[in-house]
Amino acid sequence: MKDVFPLWEVFIRSRNGLAHKHVGSLHATDATLALQAARDIYTRRGEGLSIWVVPSNAITASDPADKEMMFEPTASKIYRHPTFYDVPEEVGHM
Amino acid sequence: MYTQALNAKPDAGEPQLEDAALLEAFQARIDAEDRIEPNDRMPAAYRKTLTRQISQHAHSEIVGMLPEGNWITRAPSLRRKAALLAKVQDECGHGLYLYAAAETLGTSREELVDQLLTGKAKYSSIFNYPTLTWADIGAIGWLVDGAAIMNQIPLCRCSYGPYARAMIRVCKEESFHQRQGYEIMVTLSKGNEAQREMAQDALNRWWWPCLMMFGPPDAASQHSDQSTKWKIKRFSNDELRQKFVDATVPQAHYLGLTLPDPDLKFNEQTGHWEYGAIDWDEFKQVIAGNGPCNRDRLAARNKAHAEGAWVREAALAYAEKRHARKAAA
Ligand SMILES: [Fe+2]
Ligand SMILES: [Fe+2]
Repeated sequence: MKDVFPLWEVFIRSRNGLAHKHVGSLHATDATLALQAARDIYTRRGEGLSIWVVPSNAITASDPADKEMMFEPTASKIYRHPTFYDVPEEVGHM
Repeated sequence: MYTQALNAKPDAGEPQLEDAALLEAFQARIDAEDRIEPNDRMPAAYRKTLTRQISQHAHSEIVGMLPEGNWITRAPSLRRKAALLAKVQDECGHGLYLYAAAETLGTSREELVDQLLTGKAKYSSIFNYPTLTWADIGAIGWLVDGAAIMNQIPLCRCSYGPYARAMIRVCKEESFHQRQGYEIMVTLSKGNEAQREMAQDALNRWWWPCLMMFGPPDAASQHSDQSTKWKIKRFSNDELRQKFVDATVPQAHYLGLTLPDPDLKFNEQTGHWEYGAIDWDEFKQVIAGNGPCNRDRLAARNKAHAEGAWVREAALAYAEKRHARKAAA
């Protein structure tokens, strides 16, 4: 189909110093126009200080069907959390 | 949401085709307030219902630019013109967020836009009414966007993640739309006799079509049950309509305007404003394509799409050329 523009994912870093965050997607023929469109569509009210656009097909995502296998093991490793360890009360906050 | 028609009817025949255990597991996720994401397994009817609802919502935002765009060049001051231009630009953005959300369900934007242009897809009936005077711009911001906000706020908690996230963005932007509209109404209602009459006339023409935006009465709308079960819809049409009436009547009174409903009265017991009978025949006519502006709206969208074709072709040709050059180098 001649009329189909590639899809891009848009990431914006807000002014509060956090990492770039996914905000949505858009269609554009090339990276320059994708950036321009991202500015118009996703930053009309000072939402960000930096934009990344990434071709959607460049993203490799985990399969939701593998959710259990991928993330369940972390639930059993309670020793990864600070509260797992006993520090005598007299020592105070640590 | 500009959405009465968006209470899309889920395909009753389809769920039975699917594995009962899968359907049950899906419903359990919904009941647990899990968000459904694009690559998750979902019943075909859920996908279809949402594709239709989100795309119709997108079409409404896009067509919704036309009645207001009609007044941009004739706005009475630079302040009003800048505000109206920004509002219409926001509506375009809303359309784009929503098309992007709809696409995650597997139908391309080109296909969805095509459904609008060929008249196959519906959009909110409200945009088939004309904007005859400047006061209509005030009435639209105040009432149409006001009704849209009522509808859209619960959609921020819709079970489908991309739709809910798009709605959060949209809702943040809608509040300015309503306030700029009401400000226009305040100015007109404090103006001279002709200006007050213009404001009243706009309210008279927009009030009933706005109540229709919430869709058919609960007793007559057979589509809501499944959508409610799937947590796409959180409140019934009548509940949302009542919220809108309760919020809006005092605002009209503040303006010193009269609502065009002789049966409107406050019920002390329930604390609600009771309104008169809505002309559902008019609603059906407009949805069926026989409203005052249906043909104009579709013709305008088709014209814009056709006249923009060379821009899309040129952008693609340029991208292809650069690609080829890079490959050759
Ligand atoms: Fe909107
Ligand atoms: Fe709006």
